[in-house]
Amino acid sequence: MSREALLSVEDLSVEFKTRRGRVAAVRSVTFELAAGQCLGIVGESGSGKSQTCFAIAGLLPQSARTGGQIRFKGRELLGASRADFDRIRGREIGFIFQDPMTSLTPHRTVGAQLCEMLQHHESISGAAARQRAIEIMDRVQIPDAEARFSMYPFELSGGMRQRVVIATALILRPALVIADEPTTALDVTVQAEVLRTLRAVVAHAGTALILVTHDLGVVAGSCDEVAVMYAGRIVERAATDTLFRDPQHPYTRALLDCRPTLEQEAGSRLQTIEGVPPSPSSMEVPGCEFAARCPVVMPVCTTARPPLTQRRPGHAAACHQEQSA
Amino acid sequence: MSSPLLRVRNLRVEFALRGGQTLRAVDDLSFDVQPGETLGIVGESGCGKSTLARAILRLTPIHSGSLEFDGKRYEQLTPRQMQPTRRAMRLVFQDPLASLNPRWTIRDAVREPLEIFEPAMSRRERDSEVERWLDRVGLGAGYLARYPHELSGGQNQRVSIARALIGGPRLVICDESVSALDVSIQAQILNLLADLQRETGIALLFISHDLSVVRHISRSLLVMYLGRMVEYGAAADTFANPRHPYTRTLLDAVPIADPARERARRLATGPTVGEVKGEAGSTMHSLSGCSYRPRCRSATALCKITTPALQHGVACHHALTPSL
Repeated sequence: MSREALLSVEDLSVEFKTRRGRVAAVRSVTFELAAGQCLGIVGESGSGKSQTCFAIAGLLPQSARTGGQIRFKGRELLGASRADFDRIRGREIGFIFQDPMTSLTPHRTVGAQLCEMLQHHESISGAAARQRAIEIMDRVQIPDAEARFSMYPFELSGGMRQRVVIATALILRPALVIADEPTTALDVTVQAEVLRTLRAVVAHAGTALILVTHDLGVVAGSCDEVAVMYAGRIVERAATDTLFRDPQHPYTRALLDCRPTLEQEAGSRLQTIEGVPPSPSSMEVPGCEFAARCPVVMPVCTTARPPLTQRRPGHAAACHQEQSA
Repeated sequence: MSSPLLRVRNLRVEFALRGGQTLRAVDDLSFDVQPGETLGIVGESGCGKSTLARAILRLTPIHSGSLEFDGKRYEQLTPRQMQPTRRAMRLVFQDPLASLNPRWTIRDAVREPLEIFEPAMSRRERDSEVERWLDRVGLGAGYLARYPHELSGGQNQRVSIARALIGGPRLVICDESVSALDVSIQAQILNLLADLQRETGIALLFISHDLSVVRHISRSLLVMYLGRMVEYGAAADTFANPRHPYTRTLLDAVPIADPARERARRLATGPTVGEVKGEAGSTMHSLSGCSYRPRCRSATALCKITTPALQHGVACHHALTPSL
């Protein structure tokens, strides 16, 4: 990659100690993100996609034990102090959570919350902050921004609230925005609009985006590249088009096949992935974590873990199987 | 045509609000569910899907209209008289963990319906039925003594399905029953429901906001908007040729898991794919005329004056003509 990486995550691990033992949520995750690039992270619950993002944004609980490196604009983020993250979060890394109701304060107007972001990080007058807040509200297509500035979150619909959250994440023009299932709680029509807005704002500002989702459909329309996570690891990474056209990992193929689509014959039998994903608290296995559910498992899969290796430039997969058609 | 298993006519559910207002959550719904068939119900949040499910099960009082199960009216029956109908009509909720009692074992949970509906059955018979059903939903006897928190979401949903099917119901209402599950697990549960339907001949009323899932499982389809039905017909026809602008919008908004086709769709229909003006209104502020008109791109003066009635399966003054 010619452009210098904005974010480079290397061998990241996140573990929790619980009463029932060690929980490895993220295992040896490595990836890079260039400025302005949009990366989708796809996985099922417990795959470690959210914990990876929490680690980048310094949102892990105190009990988490981390390993590896997270370099952002040349600075090491793992182990950065709380004070450091107070400066970075919001200003340099914006975060969009799934539930817009819990990420906004219910007792303050949306305008006040947007201005607070500005005034916390910049010395800016009240009037100027208000001006900037209304501008960003316009940009995320909140109609009648002027009037909605003085409304409380409960007075807005779910889609409007999520637009406010997007505005809050982008108001300080961060270099990176992390959106963790930003549209999962929204209706399908609203989801389409909110995604369109998010894409447009991010492209306009040249912001890099990490979009975490369980929905391959959301990724297909929004991301340049996709990383597929399973049991805490990235099992495949490729340009979005390549991943959908020529998935290399059996898990990626299975994920693409098991989803009912609007095109396939109704009532046809759905492809399934047998069994359940291993829970993060299960014991470390010597081989591939997907082996127990894999349709093309080989003896070697249970004894040696396949590393994430390049299949072709820009396309990596962690599987012992040779490239398949 | 055989007589319908469930017949709903002009069903209306209202809630009284503070200040004398009424919220009409379900407004003049009429439809049938045939024995053994699946009727899918789609619509955005707040459109009245779940209220409809609760009204059919008489879990919420209805304002007017009639409900008929297997040729027998039941909207006026007392709880005691309702008992046989309740046995034949069951519900599977969205969140399996929240709908199972955390202090009951899986055996207790699956056995409870038999204790209510089959008081004459011996304990041994009940237990063997429970084992048979757990086996049938793919769990096996090893799970009998376990508790819901020890099971995954998909496994708990299998338990809920066993609980809903034990004792031989004829209609099962699934209210967003696969929405909280991961895609790989969702596929397993959808296949399981299809298998059980084939084996037992139950009818399904399948409520979901996910159009791909509904299309996969349903033979008939009912599209709701703000408490009213806007389109009703054979699922295959409706998905191939949606006639109500709202149905069209819903379909266009479904993300396609294929970047090339997603781009092609955006090019074909312009950047406005899936675009609706604004969001679903509220059932609280009733509008004159068609309730979809503030978001509709085909709305005219007529839509402001007259509420379109459902004719030939679509409630729209400007129904789209099928593109053949």
